[in-house]
Amino acid sequence: MTVTVYVPCDTTALALGANAVADALQQAAKAKGVDINLVRNGSRGLFWLEPLVEVETSEGRVAYGPVEASDVSGLVEAGLFEGKAEHPLAHGLTDEIPYLKKQQRLTFSRIGVTDPLSIEDYRAHHGFAGLENALNMDGQAIVDAVKDSGLRGRGGAAFPTGIKWQTVHDEPEGQKYIVCNADEGDSGTFADRLVMECDPYMLIEGMTIAGLAVGASQGYVYLRSEYPVAHRIFNEALDRAYRAGYLGRNIRGSGKHFDLEVRLGAGAYICGEETSLLDSLEGKRGMVRAKPPLPAIKGLFGRPTVVNNVLSLAAVPNILDQGAQAYADYGMGKSRGTLPMQLAGNVKRGGLVELAFGITLRELMDDFGGGTLSGRSLKAVQVGGPLGAYLPESQWDTPIDYEAFAEFGGVVGHGGVVMFDDTVDMGEQARFAMEFCSVESCGKCTPCRIGAVRGVEVIDRIRAGENADANLTLLTDLCETMVDGSLCAMGGMTPFPVQSVMKHFPNDLTRQKA
Amino acid sequence: MPHAGPQPVQDWTPELIQQAVDAHKDMPGAMLPILHAIQDRFGYIPEAAVPIIAESLRHTRAEVHGIISFYHHFRTQPSGSHVVQVCRAEACQAVGARQLEAHVKERLGVDYHHTSRDNEFTLEPVYCLGNCACGPSIRVDDDIHGRMDADKFDRLVDNLTTTAVEVK
Ligand SMILES: Cc1cc2nc3c(=O)[nH]c(=O)nc-3n(C[C@H](O)[C@H](O)[C@H](O)COP(=O)(O)O)c2cc1C
Ligand code: SF4
Ligand code: FES
Ligand code: FES
Repeated sequence: MTVTVYVPCDTTALALGANAVADALQQAAKAKGVDINLVRNGSRGLFWLEPLVEVETSEGRVAYGPVEASDVSGLVEAGLFEGKAEHPLAHGLTDEIPYLKKQQRLTFSRIGVTDPLSIEDYRAHHGFAGLENALNMDGQAIVDAVKDSGLRGRGGAAFPTGIKWQTVHDEPEGQKYIVCNADEGDSGTFADRLVMECDPYMLIEGMTIAGLAVGASQGYVYLRSEYPVAHRIFNEALDRAYRAGYLGRNIRGSGKHFDLEVRLGAGAYICGEETSLLDSLEGKRGMVRAKPPLPAIKGLFGRPTVVNNVLSLAAVPNILDQGAQAYADYGMGKSRGTLPMQLAGNVKRGGLVELAFGITLRELMDDFGGGTLSGRSLKAVQVGGPLGAYLPESQWDTPIDYEAFAEFGGVVGHGGVVMFDDTVDMGEQARFAMEFCSVESCGKCTPCRIGAVRGVEVIDRIRAGENADANLTLLTDLCETMVDGSLCAMGGMTPFPVQSVMKHFPNDLTRQKA
Repeated sequence: MPHAGPQPVQDWTPELIQQAVDAHKDMPGAMLPILHAIQDRFGYIPEAAVPIIAESLRHTRAEVHGIISFYHHFRTQPSGSHVVQVCRAEACQAVGARQLEAHVKERLGVDYHHTSRDNEFTLEPVYCLGNCACGPSIRVDDDIHGRMDADKFDRLVDNLTTTAVEVK
């Protein structure tokens, strides 16, 4: 009898030694005379358990983790190949692990379940069902479905996706583009990466549907160069999708045309901003463009262009398959559907948590995250990437909802949640916010380019105890100038984390460094 | 899947550079694909590539320079045998990236953007590798390593330097 064993192949599993675990399992199986079928699946997104080895049994898949290569012989002795649960690293049925069971995975329903590159696996789990429907609809009907779902952009600005598509749809026929923003620059986020590494056909399907909706026959994925594994897996998936007739001039015999290509970025955070991204795709320095014109009207090479985040596009196949209403039934207020949140930093159980909007930050960090990794008390949380405020405990009961966060000047952004324990020096975090902006500014506006450099200097003086009061006033003014006088959110929001430190953790800022 | 080792880099010649340019120059927005192709193949973007790219894409040399210098990824000097990137971003800071960074600099004896004296390691900062739930993270060539600490880093360096010696 052949035993099916799964060892994930995403960046995090690999970063924790998954290849060595796979090798050790092969050797152990050989030594024991057990015939195994080793599948390199995607990650389930339960990162604290990676490498998470699974074994197929008659009751379902059972999980072991985190497994190091040196654990393998012990696990095999304790009956891993028979799916026995008599080892401290055994967790029983994967689907029953509360962290996974309590989630509402619409977009991430397949990750970790399938072999990311297997089209058969993809099809066996609703893959391409949305596309089949879309191939029989006209563009307006597809746009309407996305509008009705209530989907808002998951890249940061939360703009309604259907409305953006409508604008591009309504432009006269001709060359139009679908551009996928896979620059995922925010620290604490990895959901785009998981899509590309663990369920790449979902993104291909979502972009193809977008192309059909607005009349675009060319798509580009702008992928950050910091993601070599995603690059490799996604390119292989593109190849296979072409060979299977899901891309190209005649998609599955429908006569419809969509081509797709990956382009690598080159290590510039600002290229995640959509107009800078377009300049970069055109082969220029990634300078932010003034809006209007909107990219939907004059985008890539001056043509109407849909620019969407990976997660926005990845939500579309499910909407076209299960119906707009089924998606809109999840969520609260004007935040419809589910949000893939990412627990990161000093967290005991880090990973991907996809849930309907509405859970509070505290529930997310306690019930899922299990508190800090260090076991010390939690001091601050940064939500929404490096431009997001640091939230003190008084704000942790806020529900995850775009409007609820906006009310106190917070951002949900791309859904990254970075936790810090009480050893963090918040003054240092404020300084880093300014430093990051000084490294990553595109340089177009003075408040951002020069302001960030000044910001670092002023914070250094405050921390050194030089004229602290006068310098704090200076910092306050500088932040306001950046907020008011910057062209894009890089300069315009860098002050948010700084201001939040001044407001909620003032002692850390003025406390002199030892 | 075997671990990706360092990219085997080739010595450049003007002809080889021209070849890399020609292979991509007809793509829309060919500049970044060309720069990546050159750096992947030769390990960096030699000064001599600038006029070739400028000529082929009908840009000025100054424009090409401006583009290369805008992007942190592109290098205009050869690197050491291995490129080590340490994640400096927030999620890794929350689990000790600052201490790790100090250790790495001391161990390799260099600051960011420099190459160790034995020419083994070029050190670079990076802002997030997408491994934020299991940091501190570093990247060595095309491999990402999580939950990095000083001891693990020292072992990694030892392994990389011994393999390099064996190969010779
Ligand atoms: C400095 C800066 C960085 C950004 N980085 C990203 C990014 O990495 N990924 C992303 O999807 N959007 C990013 N955005 C937002 C994009 O400009 C844009 O709103 C988004 O790609 C639109 O797609 P969506 O509507 O699907 O969210 C960034 C914005 C700014 C100002
Ligand atoms: S705010 Fe900064 S990053 Fe944005 S356009 Fe101005 S200089 Fe460029
Ligand atoms: S463009 Fe000059 S200040 Fe913003
Ligand atoms: S912050 Fe270091 S890997 Fe994301």
